[in-house]
Amino acid sequence: MLHTFVAIVQDRPGVLTRVASLFRRLNVNIVSLTVGHSEKPGVSRMTIVSEASPTAGHRIMASLYKLENVLQVDDIGQHSSVSRELALIKVAATPKTRSHIFELVEVFRARIVDLAPESLMIEITGVESKIEGLIQVLTESEDRILEISRTGRMVMRRGQHTSRVLDAMRVATSESEAETIPAAEPDTVEEADLPQ
Amino acid sequence: MSEAKSAGTRLTGSEILWATLEGEGVREVFGYPGGAILPAYDALRKFPVRHILVRHEQGAVHMADGYARASGKVGVAIATSGPGATNMVTGLATAMMDSIPVLCITGQVSSKVLGSDAFQEIDITGITLPVTKHNYLVTRAEDIAPVIREALLIAQSGRPGPVLVDITKDAQQATATYDFAAAAPRPYRPHPMLRAETDSVLKAAELIRSAKRPIIFAGHGMIQSGAREQVRALAERLQIPVASTLLGLGGFPASHPLSLGMMGMHGEAWVNHAIQQSDLLIACGMRFDDRVTGSLATYAPNAKKIHIEIDPAEINKNVKVDVALIGDLAQVLEALLPHLAPRSGGESPWLREVNAMKGECAVRDIQNLPDNGHLYAAHVMNDLWHATNGKAIVVTDVGQHQMWEAQYYKHEDPRTLITSGGLGTMGFALPAAVGAKVACPDREVWVIAGDGGFQMTAAELSTIAQENLDLNIAIVNNGYLGMVRQWQEFFYDKNYESSPILSPDYVKLADAHGIPGATVRTRAEVKAAVSAARECKGPFLINFLVEKEDSVYPMIAAGSALHEMIRRPGNNPLIETAEDA
Repeated sequence: MLHTFVAIVQDRPGVLTRVASLFRRLNVNIVSLTVGHSEKPGVSRMTIVSEASPTAGHRIMASLYKLENVLQVDDIGQHSSVSRELALIKVAATPKTRSHIFELVEVFRARIVDLAPESLMIEITGVESKIEGLIQVLTESEDRILEISRTGRMVMRRGQHTSRVLDAMRVATSESEAETIPAAEPDTVEEADLPQ
Repeated sequence: MSEAKSAGTRLTGSEILWATLEGEGVREVFGYPGGAILPAYDALRKFPVRHILVRHEQGAVHMADGYARASGKVGVAIATSGPGATNMVTGLATAMMDSIPVLCITGQVSSKVLGSDAFQEIDITGITLPVTKHNYLVTRAEDIAPVIREALLIAQSGRPGPVLVDITKDAQQATATYDFAAAAPRPYRPHPMLRAETDSVLKAAELIRSAKRPIIFAGHGMIQSGAREQVRALAERLQIPVASTLLGLGGFPASHPLSLGMMGMHGEAWVNHAIQQSDLLIACGMRFDDRVTGSLATYAPNAKKIHIEIDPAEINKNVKVDVALIGDLAQVLEALLPHLAPRSGGESPWLREVNAMKGECAVRDIQNLPDNGHLYAAHVMNDLWHATNGKAIVVTDVGQHQMWEAQYYKHEDPRTLITSGGLGTMGFALPAAVGAKVACPDREVWVIAGDGGFQMTAAELSTIAQENLDLNIAIVNNGYLGMVRQWQEFFYDKNYESSPILSPDYVKLADAHGIPGATVRTRAEVKAAVSAARECKGPFLINFLVEKEDSVYPMIAAGSALHEMIRRPGNNPLIETAEDA
């Protein structure tokens, strides 16, 4: 089963390797990992898709929290969320053969971002199934795919669900009132598997 | 140097290192100098910290480990870069697996040449990622104090563990303003997944009240949390028998009528039978390690499980539990106890049944053994237990002798059995005992090691001689890697491949270090040798030449259920009867 974790981590050298090393130690395969700046300076956001048993999510999350640089972990799981990935696909195409690729790109709401005498490059954003759909169609229509570069999945919950976001909202409102900001509660973590 | 603490003086990184350690209460470190850590060593004389020079950096970490296990404080080891640091990895892994608070400081090449494969450069922070709770690379003198203070906090907080701090040479040499108070770490953030809400506590209390055949598991966490009185109260209030893991031995007093003894692969038979018959396991500070459970498919099939544990990652890792109370054991039990009324009436049927199991499954009756000239390791352990009134700190190595010690030396108090459980590191005993003795100089400390394990770190005899530590060293010498030989006997058709091992004459070896010793060949000689060791004001080594092909019983083979134990064959001189020693 695929687990998707969003980990908010300190932006420090070595944090990425700590997280990767943890997954290695737990013997859990990382399917994709993408990391970048978050809305807070000095804090990065990692999205990790891993392959593990359905009950392993609790242990992975608990282990991530044991890393000193990890500030918050969210197991997206079944929660309603938006998932996106970006891919660049280079396809062999001559002026004679490329018009049908233009049509496919249109259908998939992707874009052509490079045109060269013997190849073109497609940029596509969407859920994985959409990207994989385009790749499959290109393969089936015997267009030679020369290169694919994929970012891996990025996810964000719909609405303002995590406590972190709730805190951010609270800070915004009390700032406008110029009151002392109450200390944020420790991040509450939602559990599906934990026995009670 | 104490005036520097308040003045906010300019000090070198090296001075800041020792000043911070001094400020944090560290008075002993175990280490080995080298190029990349030389500036730190040069500053040491200005500080009231005792440095014990080891013979191998692995020894330094085991010493810090033994120090921490004996005292409950953080043990500190220091070494140079490159090979000095890599030699520490086994020690760090040992501490990591048993959750021991240890701080390792390593020198590192100058930050200007980092990443260039400089002389004795190694990426120790990369190498130790899986075997430390956290690690740091410090490249600036101003970072040393806050990092050291934070490292010590991390080592001791929550589930304890080892922390490594790698300090570049230029950071040691540069100067910075030192302010101990300003370097205070942010308060420890407890794990966000701790959970012991009222309804879980109530559910646990309900399970305990309605259980007919409960057992308490006393693990290492009980000792780490200092929850002895709370566990005792729980056991006595409801008359629940208490089984122990290897690392939990001594947490609950062995002589207590409710104490069952050690469970697991080499635990006593009645303990494992009781677990398989049980309807409720109350696991206190233990992690259901594979040595303890046997085959998971058939583990405690009729028992509900309550898991009281400080590390959320251990919940449901191996064994699915019914109630998890995730937090500090002492605190959780304090919250739980008020919901449990004392059990009235006499001995419960379950307790009667468990005590009867003790009789049926039999304990070895050491006293009834024929003295046919064979010296058994079990004799050595039992005699030692008697001679020391069970009050010594015993540091064991890894192997058969370790299991016999666990079976025959009844530990009454916490922090009196020091042994490598999770990693099972041979060579642990001799250095760990050095650490324990430095931590507890007024206590009697015994090393018990097999001939295999002893040879791995025998060089530390020189450390013992140089520091003149009053350590009693017992080598259980059977000419084999005993536990390997046992497995080869049971599972590999007695193919003793590479398990016979030659030893030097240990008494001569000790003598070469200026350490007195004695060889013991028969049962009758044991007492005198032990007395001589105890009376000697300084180290003493005893070479016990024991039965060569004895095996530890009972044993649970890999893949077998907890109750499917291999028992000692009937016609063996070690007779089993119902009388305890």
